[in-house]
Amino acid sequence: MRSPISIMPHLGALLMAAATLVQLPAAHAQSQDKVLNLYSARHYPTDEALYSQFTQATGIRINRIDADDAGILSRLKAEGSASPADVILLVDAARLWRAEVDGLFLPVKSKVLDASVPATLRAKPTDEGGSAWFGLSTRARVIVFDQRRLKREELDTYEKLASPQFKGQLCIRSGSHPYNLSLFGAMTEHLGPVQTERWLKGLVDNLARPPRGGDTDQIKGVASGECAVALTNTYYLARLMRSNKPDDQAVMAHLGVVFPNQASWGTHVNIAGGGVARHAKHPENAVKFLEYLVSPAAQQHFANGNNEWPVVPGLKLENPALQAMSGGGFKSELVPISAVGMNQFKVQQMLDRVGMK
Amino acid sequence: MYLSRIFLLLVLACLLLPVLTVLGAWLQADARSAEVLLGMAQTVLPDYALSSLVLCAWVLVGVVGMGTVSAVTVTLFEFRGRRVLEWALLLPLAMPAYVVAYAYTDFLQFSGPAQQWLREQWGLQGRVLPEIRSLWGAACVLALTLYPYVYLLARGALAERATHLMEAARLLGASLPRRIRAVALPLARPAIAAGAALAMMETLADYGVSSYFGVQTFTTGIYKSWLVMEDRLAAAQLSTVLLGVVLVVLLVERRAQSRLRFAGNRAAERAREAQPVRLHGGAQVLAQLLCLVPVLLGFVVPVVLLLHALWTSGDTTDWPWGRFLDWTWNSFRLGLLTALLAAAVASWLAFEARRQPRGPVTWAVQGVGLGYAVPGAVIVVGLLLPVGWVQARWPDWGVGAWVTATLLGLLWAYLVRFVAVALQSVHSGYVRIPISLDESARMLGTPWSRLWRAVHWPLMRRSMAAAVLLVLVDVMKELPATLVLRPFNTDTLAVMAYQLARDERLGEAALPSLALVLVGLIPVMLLSRALRRPDPV
Repeated sequence: MRSPISIMPHLGALLMAAATLVQLPAAHAQSQDKVLNLYSARHYPTDEALYSQFTQATGIRINRIDADDAGILSRLKAEGSASPADVILLVDAARLWRAEVDGLFLPVKSKVLDASVPATLRAKPTDEGGSAWFGLSTRARVIVFDQRRLKREELDTYEKLASPQFKGQLCIRSGSHPYNLSLFGAMTEHLGPVQTERWLKGLVDNLARPPRGGDTDQIKGVASGECAVALTNTYYLARLMRSNKPDDQAVMAHLGVVFPNQASWGTHVNIAGGGVARHAKHPENAVKFLEYLVSPAAQQHFANGNNEWPVVPGLKLENPALQAMSGGGFKSELVPISAVGMNQFKVQQMLDRVGMK
Repeated sequence: MYLSRIFLLLVLACLLLPVLTVLGAWLQADARSAEVLLGMAQTVLPDYALSSLVLCAWVLVGVVGMGTVSAVTVTLFEFRGRRVLEWALLLPLAMPAYVVAYAYTDFLQFSGPAQQWLREQWGLQGRVLPEIRSLWGAACVLALTLYPYVYLLARGALAERATHLMEAARLLGASLPRRIRAVALPLARPAIAAGAALAMMETLADYGVSSYFGVQTFTTGIYKSWLVMEDRLAAAQLSTVLLGVVLVVLLVERRAQSRLRFAGNRAAERAREAQPVRLHGGAQVLAQLLCLVPVLLGFVVPVVLLLHALWTSGDTTDWPWGRFLDWTWNSFRLGLLTALLAAAVASWLAFEARRQPRGPVTWAVQGVGLGYAVPGAVIVVGLLLPVGWVQARWPDWGVGAWVTATLLGLLWAYLVRFVAVALQSVHSGYVRIPISLDESARMLGTPWSRLWRAVHWPLMRRSMAAAVLLVLVDVMKELPATLVLRPFNTDTLAVMAYQLARDERLGEAALPSLALVLVGLIPVMLLSRALRRPDPV
């Protein structure tokens, strides 16, 4: 039997090792005023450039946490007044609204932001003036179809997707995904809950297969003949259109794109946006950062680098894919974000009733 | 003495807190959460429960089948390639289930290369292969990544005693099938049950695979009520039901173990004298195939598919390569730190439970075991709710920031989930040390602390090493808690793989996924080595 190893001589080495593994935050002490703490639900590798340009221009270093919207919100709630977050970026209108209702934003008065972001794309001003959050970019939810099987006129509205002629031909991602919940929430505003539930039932009846996968999978489903029509965000569509890989180009070969409801209320758009955190430790840097995100350079980055629609009006689009699919512009719907947010609960219950996964 | 007692209670409280928060949700039941629950119960909940049940059943069949067959084959027989397969069978342990799911889906789905090729080749129309994104697909993926738990524990149990007992049975004239049925399998049964329990808990907690495959399980329901309905109470109440199921699984497992307790410390030495049965011809090929198939499907094929995805569609030109090392290092250090802590805590808890087998400590330790079955995101909520409450009550303490600005919260969440894994391993080590050894030592006046150092530790080293390595691999694959609780600028490989997959860039996601598998291989190899060397006696 071996004698038990005495731990004492090793204690120092153990402590050293532990310190390396933990990397205590003290080791990262930095000058407090040149820092911005960012909680972001944006998950795009191309955003790296956006952040480093800000640091170059202002000398403000960005500390970042990327997580999903729900995770960021629960983290902020737990941290309360001790939260280090300065700026919160979220990628869904309903979540922005939720964060606003939960009081996670510090309303901001900024001439630059007010002048750049249209009133419909930011939070309603508070009593003291200032908005809780600002839209920074948008994505439209459009219909893609197989040009060999269907004609554009047959599906120029969201309502038509439920018509019996498309039985067994529709591909869609999970109804509970935020992109679909927002669309359905907006539909509830346009059609009323009873009609919307009937419409959702129609969608379920038309499914080519149970909802699964992401938006790109729906597009590929149309291209491969699994279905004839699908719903997708323009963001994923534009990426495929601009790809120089033969596989992706083949996907786009017979694909038609429709911006629905141009003759009525307009195409549904979802908002990615952000605001200053309620307990921001560097509020000035935070405002500076938001103002930077609506500058022409940053907006061009959203459009060109990340295939999103800029929020600042009058900006010339340099993105060939966005240009091509929309013909330069399209009519987007004007539904209060708060209504879309408030409808989410109702919509999920409808989905459960009609059996959309 | 009292100090260590208080410290023990404190540790137990910390580990149980998130689970208790979940249970506490029933005390705050209100009209809204009742509405959510009732609405779900009338519409989707029965389906969720059913698909969870069916999923578990299939995974159980898969892991017990593959795990037991491969363990029996490599320990009782000698055939060409046995030594390689012996450790290769552990390789799928390094594969996160969600990564395997990405890899297979991309290849096998309707629009994927496999079906396209088949359609073009034979001029077929429509669906040629069964849909991978389905219940059976999820069951296959989970079974392929989880069977190593059964294999690992069963192999350990068999290697120690089976060969010489099999030898004895052979000399008494028992046929080979009878020897396997009457000697080997009963010997391995507690280990198989323990491994299967781990796999069941992973399956119940899984969200990554089933959500990607569009399979609506009970966990999906929990996520929906929390994320979409914004009702954390309803989510917590549903989680309670899940906990109930896990409790049953654990009790069944414990019963199976207590009925079959083989303690003996001279077995390993004798095992080395006995020789496994040598196979030739068709039997040898069959044995090779039985062990090769799980390795191929659970490891080799997904890795090749990922490499293929990377090769054809991964655009890695604008990748921040410099930060790749950071991600790898973060994955590794978080894993190692948690693993050491988890093994230490687990061995301490197991020791205390052994000292007072019928006391409240034993019950609390059983409760800690539940954490593994709780979906990571639920643990995050269960942990953040009380933290938020303390923060709101005493804002000056800054508790809220402490938990997330440092590794504290993340390590806490990891421990809640993974101490159970370490406990399983340590526990299986303790089962093999006869209690009479403790009693003799105590009668000779040995203090408890010395008993642990001089008797338990030398006999337990292998189980402890296994505990450390298992937790290390598990933490590196963990996602929901890492995503939400990590401090600033602490991205890991799992986080990056997830972010890219979420952005539907599977080609790019292949790179961090492969790196994750590569880093995970190190502990898996070590694990295999640690298990091959028997404990000194």
